[in-house]
Amino acid sequence: MDEFLHQVLSGIASGGIYASVALALVMIFQATHHVNFAQGEMAMFSTYIALALIQAGVPYWGAFAITVTASMVIGAVIQRVLLTPMAGSPVLASVGVFIGLLLIFNSVAGWLFGYTLKQFPSPFEGPPVLGGFVTRHDLGSTAVTLVVLAGVYVFFRFTNLGLAMRAAAYNPVSSRLMGIRVGFMLSLGWGLAAGIGAVAGMMIAPVVFLDPNMMSGVLLYAFAGALLGGIANPLGAVFGGFAIGIIENLAGAYIVGSELKLTLALVIIVVVLTVRPAGLFGRVVVSRV
Amino acid sequence: MRILLPLASVLLVIAAAALAFVASDYRLFQLTMVVVYAVAILGLALVTGFNGQISLGHGAFYAVGAYVTAILMSLYDVPYWATLPVSAVVCAVIGFLIGLPALRLGGLYLALTTFALAVATPQLLKYKLFEGWTGGVQGLTLDKPDPPFGLQINADQWLYLFTLGVGVVLFILAGNLVRGRIGLAMRAIRDHPLAAEATGIDVALFKTRTFAVSAMFTGIAGSLGAIAVGFVAPDSFTVLLSITLFVGLVVGGVASIAGPVFGGVFIAFLPNVAEEISKAAPGAVYGVVLIAFMYLLPSGVAGGLGRLLRRAA
Amino acid sequence: MYRRTLLAAAGPFAATLGIMGRIGPASAQAPGVTSTEIKIGQTQAYSGPASAYGAIGRGLVAYFKRVNDQGGIAGRKINFISVDDGYLPPKTVEQTRRLVEQEGVSFMLNGLGTPPNSAVQRYLNQKKVPQLFVSSGAEKWANPKEFPWTIGFQPSYRTEAQIYAKYILQNKPDGKLAVLYQNDDFGKDYVAGLRDVLGDKYERMAVKVISYEVTDPTIDSQAVTMQGSGADILVTAATPKFAAQVIRKIYDLNWKPLHFVTNVSASVGAVITPAGPERAVGLITAAYVKEVSDPDWKNDPGMNEWRAFMQEYMPDSDVTDVNYPFSYAIGGTAMQMLKQCDGDFSRENILKQATNLHDLQLPTLLPGIIVNTSPTNYHPIRQLQLSRWSGTRWERFGSVIEGAGA
Repeated sequence: MDEFLHQVLSGIASGGIYASVALALVMIFQATHHVNFAQGEMAMFSTYIALALIQAGVPYWGAFAITVTASMVIGAVIQRVLLTPMAGSPVLASVGVFIGLLLIFNSVAGWLFGYTLKQFPSPFEGPPVLGGFVTRHDLGSTAVTLVVLAGVYVFFRFTNLGLAMRAAAYNPVSSRLMGIRVGFMLSLGWGLAAGIGAVAGMMIAPVVFLDPNMMSGVLLYAFAGALLGGIANPLGAVFGGFAIGIIENLAGAYIVGSELKLTLALVIIVVVLTVRPAGLFGRVVVSRV
Repeated sequence: MRILLPLASVLLVIAAAALAFVASDYRLFQLTMVVVYAVAILGLALVTGFNGQISLGHGAFYAVGAYVTAILMSLYDVPYWATLPVSAVVCAVIGFLIGLPALRLGGLYLALTTFALAVATPQLLKYKLFEGWTGGVQGLTLDKPDPPFGLQINADQWLYLFTLGVGVVLFILAGNLVRGRIGLAMRAIRDHPLAAEATGIDVALFKTRTFAVSAMFTGIAGSLGAIAVGFVAPDSFTVLLSITLFVGLVVGGVASIAGPVFGGVFIAFLPNVAEEISKAAPGAVYGVVLIAFMYLLPSGVAGGLGRLLRRAA
Repeated sequence: MYRRTLLAAAGPFAATLGIMGRIGPASAQAPGVTSTEIKIGQTQAYSGPASAYGAIGRGLVAYFKRVNDQGGIAGRKINFISVDDGYLPPKTVEQTRRLVEQEGVSFMLNGLGTPPNSAVQRYLNQKKVPQLFVSSGAEKWANPKEFPWTIGFQPSYRTEAQIYAKYILQNKPDGKLAVLYQNDDFGKDYVAGLRDVLGDKYERMAVKVISYEVTDPTIDSQAVTMQGSGADILVTAATPKFAAQVIRKIYDLNWKPLHFVTNVSASVGAVITPAGPERAVGLITAAYVKEVSDPDWKNDPGMNEWRAFMQEYMPDSDVTDVNYPFSYAIGGTAMQMLKQCDGDFSRENILKQATNLHDLQLPTLLPGIIVNTSPTNYHPIRQLQLSRWSGTRWERFGSVIEGAGA
């Protein structure tokens, strides 16, 4: 029983990791209707920036703030420089650009910072709580994820900017006619997603350690979480992330063994999506012709 | 003009075949892999380019094809050529079964689900229940087939000609498929699913069948690749393979029969070029070139060339 | 429409290929060797998931640059061509064929990884091209009967696991064993090695044997499962990232088994420091390379030589990376072999010398670790020395142990 509870808690901790990246994916999807495959690598790169700052003597939260700001600028610049010219191109060409970005960030990170594993500090240090079941970092990072979630939710739900951003992604032409600066909205969306990604990276790195391939495993689970909950819904994506973390742990420990836990998670997603094609929390958008 | 074009294709194929007698064995191996990748991308083009269903997991079908051939050749002594039809059937059936639930999912959801399939592939290949066949993590080694009928050419030359021959047949088949009524229906589903449904096309069934045919093409490519490389192991079929095939598709041109050829050339040679430019960060060079291609030729090489020719004509 | 595009492409495409011609491999007596140079090939993972090991390739490139600066060997410069295969077996086949057929290298040196090397083993043996000092601890490289042209280098993973098993039998014969292994050839060899020694006891002792995938983000779930099994011995056959996670996780779980970690993941810089030196206290490994940060080697002539080399030839590199001393040992072994060739650089003689190395000591390997090969002994390094992490450094204990090995 102890172990079962433990697996669930450990699943929640991993789920928090997936949820934080899933949030960045939702952000960019809401803003651009694209899924950015380079999101994970951008987050990894941001984390290296943070580490460089910390090693240069900047205090943790200072480095945190600078990194998030810098990542937002980088994200917005990438959107401006690389994706604005692609506006009229087929969707698949954008996916090509995302894959290109993924390769570049991964390779440049290895080149600049080396491939050796690096420790990344956690702001939530201290001995484990709840009888060793949960580390302070697990608690702290889950809290951070929930704060970011609340921020994203409020942003899209209650602010005019969030509404405008959703409109710009949903129907750029009409939005432009309504006076929304669509280009600005897209850049802003990229910037915010990159910022959220940076937060996720800095919360993940203390757990999985920092190296250029840090996000390759995480990204897939984040995708899975976003899919399960519904990629258009921040709350759903976070729920999906946690659910994947728990399902994966329990399946690995008690059902199929660690070799097939990913496969089982995949099967569950497909089954869920077959029943609810827009994810657990998503609404099916009926398009009129 | 109408007569000239088929003639030109025939000449081109003859020229390609003639290379078997001028290029070095190593170059022939590379060219064999170009043909293999081109066929694999062709399969992907059918489902993604012509039918509008984004798959990021076609490496899985490539892997299945490769393993079917490897298992038959190394464990059951089946001749290499006889493994191709088996591999085609197996991949088509698996494609159909995976397509049934997967294609109910809309664009993005399908893309990500197939992506997950690609990530899970190596794990499935080395799963202990199949280890007796797949060789587990060690993989299987294959012998290079000898030329038949006492032909006075070496094994590399024969393998290239054989692969080229199979490739040409598959390209002709795919060409006929997309030009015919089926192709029309495929594109109708891609462009206007509702309208397609209204004209009496069974969209779900059609999508699933297209997925099966597409899996079959990519699976045969996997078989040819296994014979050429002479080795299969789970590490050969990571998610990177699926992404590479996808890159080949978008670089070559998605809705084109010629596009996969350019895509095949691209993914076979670009890593070597990237490495020549920078050993420190070959991935970065690859990424930059890829983005440059997307920027300059957003509809792929085939699309760009087509535009150029139309302008010239 | 597609025919038009094909036609347009045909011109330049055919022209490029035409000039390639059917160039055969170098036709001299000794392939890959001229009066001025010796060509050596290597496939290495400069890109892809294993790119951390690219350091080995870079280290060797620098090593041979120094050899050339010092005058080369037998009047010849070494032309070391190290190419990227991305750890993808099909790419390894292509690159190896390029090196052998196009570049005409004399032999292949220290290619990386079990799957890539497996993909070209048959090809190289059929062509009678030496595949020397493979960078992988798989047992399969020591099979002179079937693959006489292939030879490994480092102690095999299986040998290492056997040493751990012997230690367990001596010190904790009634313990309960948990094993965490990477689900590939590397991890499975450790399980096999433990079985070799524990024999019948394996089934009784091993209460939990569990794997992880390289794509798993964390191994937390596995750690919890293993702790739940009640084991008091843990063998971790994992690559650095996952080993570091295990060390930290079991510390957080307050689980204190007798913990063994493979020497692949014993680097202070890449594993212990990130995991936290205080959390690793009591950890045991078996070493053969000198740990860069160990104060014992502060004034060690061998390590001084290596440090001088790093300073001059690779000043910007991370000196805590264990791959550099490793590649230095490979370079030293290759040079000894070439010296023994005594000017006869035929592939037959190169293989003969590679399998006739006697009592070779290398500057970056532990004292007592000596390279020995013979036509029937294809295990160049068979010894290891157990070490325990004290909290600040690896303390070697016991004597240098000769592995069982065939």
